[in-house]
Amino acid sequence: MAARAHVKYMTEGEGGLSAALLAGVLVCLFAAARAEDAAFAFHAYLSAAASLGGLMLVLSHFAGRDASPVPQEVNGKPNYNLGPVKFAVIASVVWGIAGFLVGVIIAFQLWAPELNFGLPFTNFGRLRPLHTSAVIFAFGGNVLIGTSFYVVQRTCRARLAGELAPWFVVLGYNFFIVLAGTGYLLGVTQSKEYAEPEWYADLWLTIVWVVYLLVFLGTIWKRKEPHIFVANWFYLAFIVTIAMLHIVNNLAMPVSVFGSKSYPIFSGVQDALIQWWYGHNAVGFFLTAGFLAIMYYFIPKRAERPVYSYRLSIIHFWALIFMYIWAGPHHLHYTALPDWAQTLGMTFSIMLWMPSWGGMINGLMTLSGAWDKLRTDPVLRMMVVSLAFYGMSTFEGPMMSIKAVNSLSHYTDWTIGHVHSGALGWVAYVSFGALYCLVPWLWNRPRLYSLKLVEWHFWVSTLGIVLYITSMWVAGIMQGLMWRAYNALGFLEYSFIETVEAMQPYYLVRALGGVLFLTGALIMAFNLYMTVRGSEAEEEEQVPVLAPAPAPLPIAAE
Amino acid sequence: MAATQTGLWKKHEFFEKNSIVLLIGTLIVVAIGGLIEIVPLFYLKSTVEKVEGMRPYTPLELAGRNIYIREGCYLCHSQMIRSMRDEVERYGHFSLAAESMYDHPFQWGSKRTGPDLARVGGKYSDEWHRDHLKDPKSVVPTSIMPSYAFLDRELDFRGIAADLKANRAIGVPYTDDMVESARADLLAQASPDSPGVEELQKRYPKAVARDFDGDPKRVTELDALIAYLQMLGTLVDFKLYDGKAQDNLR
Repeated sequence: MAARAHVKYMTEGEGGLSAALLAGVLVCLFAAARAEDAAFAFHAYLSAAASLGGLMLVLSHFAGRDASPVPQEVNGKPNYNLGPVKFAVIASVVWGIAGFLVGVIIAFQLWAPELNFGLPFTNFGRLRPLHTSAVIFAFGGNVLIGTSFYVVQRTCRARLAGELAPWFVVLGYNFFIVLAGTGYLLGVTQSKEYAEPEWYADLWLTIVWVVYLLVFLGTIWKRKEPHIFVANWFYLAFIVTIAMLHIVNNLAMPVSVFGSKSYPIFSGVQDALIQWWYGHNAVGFFLTAGFLAIMYYFIPKRAERPVYSYRLSIIHFWALIFMYIWAGPHHLHYTALPDWAQTLGMTFSIMLWMPSWGGMINGLMTLSGAWDKLRTDPVLRMMVVSLAFYGMSTFEGPMMSIKAVNSLSHYTDWTIGHVHSGALGWVAYVSFGALYCLVPWLWNRPRLYSLKLVEWHFWVSTLGIVLYITSMWVAGIMQGLMWRAYNALGFLEYSFIETVEAMQPYYLVRALGGVLFLTGALIMAFNLYMTVRGSEAEEEEQVPVLAPAPAPLPIAAE
Repeated sequence: MAATQTGLWKKHEFFEKNSIVLLIGTLIVVAIGGLIEIVPLFYLKSTVEKVEGMRPYTPLELAGRNIYIREGCYLCHSQMIRSMRDEVERYGHFSLAAESMYDHPFQWGSKRTGPDLARVGGKYSDEWHRDHLKDPKSVVPTSIMPSYAFLDRELDFRGIAADLKANRAIGVPYTDDMVESARADLLAQASPDSPGVEELQKRYPKAVARDFDGDPKRVTELDALIAYLQMLGTLVDFKLYDGKAQDNLR
């Protein structure tokens, strides 16, 4: 009876967020009414609708919940908050497929320009940022937010900090993606690569990101373990550094507070270095540190082995985050950037090879004593192959940062190939591995719908990656060599358009590689969907064949 | 794992047990590289050479530049000629830092699916640009560039003065005079016979006034974009530029 007498009040969070969202609706409607361009008006209405939707969600959450606060533990076990994780997992699959699809489309556009259709919003120039943002920030970002919210709870043995805050982070982040993506199609862009969203989307992301940091830290503060697990160091470094990079690189002067256009406050050579300090560390901290965190949790978990070396993880963590920051100038070799900055960037890029491989070795050696699982577990195989690709592209990267090599590779498709060996081989594969682990855990399923489909995904995608990167190696190196080729009389051998023509077969092969990669992702989506539904395909039991181990080979005398 | 550590390794516990220490330690470690590489670019005088001829963009050129940005041209075209023999022979004198000193943002690019545009100004006629933008294959049969025929529409320049003001707020030397006459200057540059051309050229030396899109009745986005393309790389006179001058030794 006492419980029934309990009157239900709004918590400070519920009240505050409701007020903020209500204010958001009003401000956005006001901005929409005063808007100076159509794209800004559209985004203002969209934001008003999203704020209203958010407000209704908060109110329905309040109406539907118990009067007493959510218990932190149930039956002595932490009461993990998995809703936001599930949302991020689904969002990552959906955005991933959208992003891969746009990638395939723009790959075909380079082979058959008619596919641009002559419309503003279907042109390569507007779709390319849509592709990069969809795969990096929408797919990768949701994987990072989802896994970080899962891993930090499990490794701290504590429920996520805040009840609404984690939801605010996942929903707010995905709304940022919608603002960014629709903006690109409407021609709203700062034209800074991987930082294209305009000032108001950047401000919104800053708010979301600060809440993300607070939720993550707040969960660490509630931890029942004395030590912060190594994966969380990497997540923390990723969150903090991305905040720093995002804020500095996006400092801009809006033309009007009611218009979409802004001018970045830096110009020329300073803007160039700040952009690539940001750009290369989007690779270093978004696509590397964050995904290394995934490696440090999911590979030991899946292989059922402890992390190989604690000391190696300490050394490579600090070395990696220290050195990555310096590497930006290697995007500006032989440009108007002062030589000293180029040389510094090159030096640190080469040194970066070592901590990168430190991470790879720590991940790979975690399989010591469990290598046999590669035969039977395609999910683990996917994650191990991701480390192989990580090792390959973190060797290729330092090599391409050497000025002499860069003089050939810069501005060519070799760079595109290099990026994709890292993005498809490393980032996407370790993400797929994590998703294959997470979905059965989150939805309480004993196993995936089908391991055979994981095999199919693995081989189809791997073939796609191989086609992609080999075609881009050939195309890029050929392009670079043709640009600098001289004939016997001392004149340039090729006109520029001849080098464009030479690319055509490779662009087709690349696009087909992309189709295979997309096909693999669709297979995964089906497999995960069936897993959530609770089905299991009729497959032969995946019992490892207990073949006798071959006799150890005698060690060669020399 | 961690429990068995001894000696120096044990000291790392300090970071592992204090999230704020880990946070601040990380922030310090990741701040160093950027500070050392970026901050000197703002005060070392040798970073940007002393050159003659650089001026802010005219209103029409700025509007054209904004279209270049809006359409994502930078994704396929660089504007940065590197100091290598084949590039200098193909595109012209290597790019100077000074040539992009008023560029908010810079447009150096990172990929050459199409050729570099840093010095494309004056290389082709306005007619060529018009045809090329509307249907690239009409002048370059094997081109893979998309058609930009949709740029043949009225340019919206109601807010052009505000654009100049925003640029001035972040350091581009637009004068009051330039801001006040922004609209007039824009119109004058697209209509070569108007009396405003002389005024325009007084404010913006070397500004070229032409009917860039071949349609004297309207000021279109094509006008603006072609005006921008035709001025790229034309401001610095390399016959006069002295790279070995005392000020430019770097």
